[in-house]
Amino acid sequence: MPAPLLVPALLGVAFLVLPLVGLLVRAPWSDLLPQLAEPQVGQALRLSLLSATLATAVSLVLGVPIAWVLARSTLPGRSVLRAIVTVPLVLPPVVGGVALFLVLGRQGIVGRFLYEQFDLTIPFTTTAVVIAETFVAMPFLVISVEGALRAADARFEDAAATLGADRWTTFRRVTLPLVAPGVAAGAVLCWARALGEFGATITFAGNFPGTTQTMPLAVYLALQSNPEAAIVLSLVLLGVSLATLLLLRDRWLGRSGSPVA
Amino acid sequence: MSLRAHVVVRRGALLVDVDLTVADGEVLAVLGPNGAGKSTVLRVLAGLLAPDGGRVALDVPGGEVVWDDDEVHVPPHQRPLGVVFQDHLLFPHLSVTDNVAFGLRTRGVRRAAARTTAGAWLDRVGLAGLGDRRPTQLSGGQAQRAALARALVGEPRLLLLDEPLSALDARTRLTVRAELRRHLAEFAGCTVLVSHDPVDAMALADRVVVVEDGVVVQEGTPAEVARMPRTDYVARLVGLSLLPGQGRGTTVVLDGGGVVAVGEPAEGPVFVAVRPETVALYPARPEGSPRNVWPVRLVGATPHGSTVRCDLGGEVPLTADVTATAFAELGLVPGSSVWASVKASEVAVYPR
Repeated sequence: MPAPLLVPALLGVAFLVLPLVGLLVRAPWSDLLPQLAEPQVGQALRLSLLSATLATAVSLVLGVPIAWVLARSTLPGRSVLRAIVTVPLVLPPVVGGVALFLVLGRQGIVGRFLYEQFDLTIPFTTTAVVIAETFVAMPFLVISVEGALRAADARFEDAAATLGADRWTTFRRVTLPLVAPGVAAGAVLCWARALGEFGATITFAGNFPGTTQTMPLAVYLALQSNPEAAIVLSLVLLGVSLATLLLLRDRWLGRSGSPVA
Repeated sequence: MSLRAHVVVRRGALLVDVDLTVADGEVLAVLGPNGAGKSTVLRVLAGLLAPDGGRVALDVPGGEVVWDDDEVHVPPHQRPLGVVFQDHLLFPHLSVTDNVAFGLRTRGVRRAAARTTAGAWLDRVGLAGLGDRRPTQLSGGQAQRAALARALVGEPRLLLLDEPLSALDARTRLTVRAELRRHLAEFAGCTVLVSHDPVDAMALADRVVVVEDGVVVQEGTPAEVARMPRTDYVARLVGLSLLPGQGRGTTVVLDGGGVVAVGEPAEGPVFVAVRPETVALYPARPEGSPRNVWPVRLVGATPHGSTVRCDLGGEVPLTADVTATAFAELGLVPGSSVWASVKASEVAVYPR
């Protein structure tokens, strides 16, 4: 291997791995369980798992149909739609949080209506956390499912149509089962992204323990006052990330192409 | 009750404009080279493609149902049809039984009843006991049988077969073709078979329509088409040399220049068809006085069973089948000059 490629490659790997090694080295292993038992930690972890799961559920309900429209419909302006849907991928999450605040805040276009008509306030609630996470994470699901739909053989849908299935039945009984691995992979990606969400959440939902303080926010806050707790929380997030990676590897490599029964 | 279709579709440079009529119980084969527009016609009949013009209608007792015309386009799931696709397209996530039951379930039959009927159909196509398998666990021939059962289970009015045998290996093909023939004979509705293989068309169809470049170039019974091809494509398919010319009694002056003696007198524009196995080759002009003797040149040769199929160029371009031994004895190489002879009584002649 040529040195001009090998050396930067090794440097790059070291750059990626060293921080994680540092985290593991500094971890207070003996103190781990008591730290995890702290009520603050449990609270943040529960909230994170709950909000990430809800955000994934919302993303599935809204994102799979978007992916279908992008991959299968003949609607004009699909490329524009795809660009719009993927904006949150490249948008700084803080900007997303500000934008959500402007729309859903008490003075926002939709938020004022909700407040005046239903006495509903969204910002700084757990609902706001779920909304912020959904906004940031849904594109991952849409992109993944659209890719799966494009890769799936559309002639199976033709076959279903000739067997008396309308488009909705075809989608439920044929298309969705065929792309199930892609949907699962997209959901895992989406969930992992939602779990790690920081910028949009803190901007739109704030940082209130028990209602909006998710794991990443707790880590950030703990680093100021109790570094050991920050490390422990980080370890938990690292563990979840590695588990996600393993899960996806099984989906992508283990059962490549074959649909989930 | 029958299917009447006039299908007009523009596909890039190709304008497909085909008229088809299929009677009840009849099997119509649409035969043509790849890209001739046969599959386009089939997709229109299935409702998967809206035609640019024409009309598709199915006769029913007391009238007709229009599937396609200027105002109407009935979507595929509302047409009583069954389709067998080239590579079966059995749903990989369903068992074989559930695949066959699919068309019943979509039409509101309850699960248990649908599965029972599907099982009976699997018995009928010789797949008893394989219902719990996944399509990937079936052989090519079994999958195609399951696909046929899936297409027929809903008792369709129209059965469409899109190259149903071309994905199978030669041996399987033979058996599945024979079974398909039996099932088609029992099927009461109209059948349209699309194929580029003349053997499939000849073996399965009551009537053949030959489509080239989007238009029908010949129509008739399989025997008529095989005996009296009207285009080079069909002639090649059925293995005949087709020579257009002008009839002058018992001789035909070919448009290409040569003269062919024929058994039956003919006048005006005609086709002359010569079967390759009736052509004899000689190293020198044969003795005696056969009426049809022409100097020809070997253009190409391909093994064809126990014989060698020789493409011959010259005033009278022909194809000849000679035994491998004869081929070797003649010492033939591309470019060799030989004499070709054929008996006048062996030459078919029919009006253009």
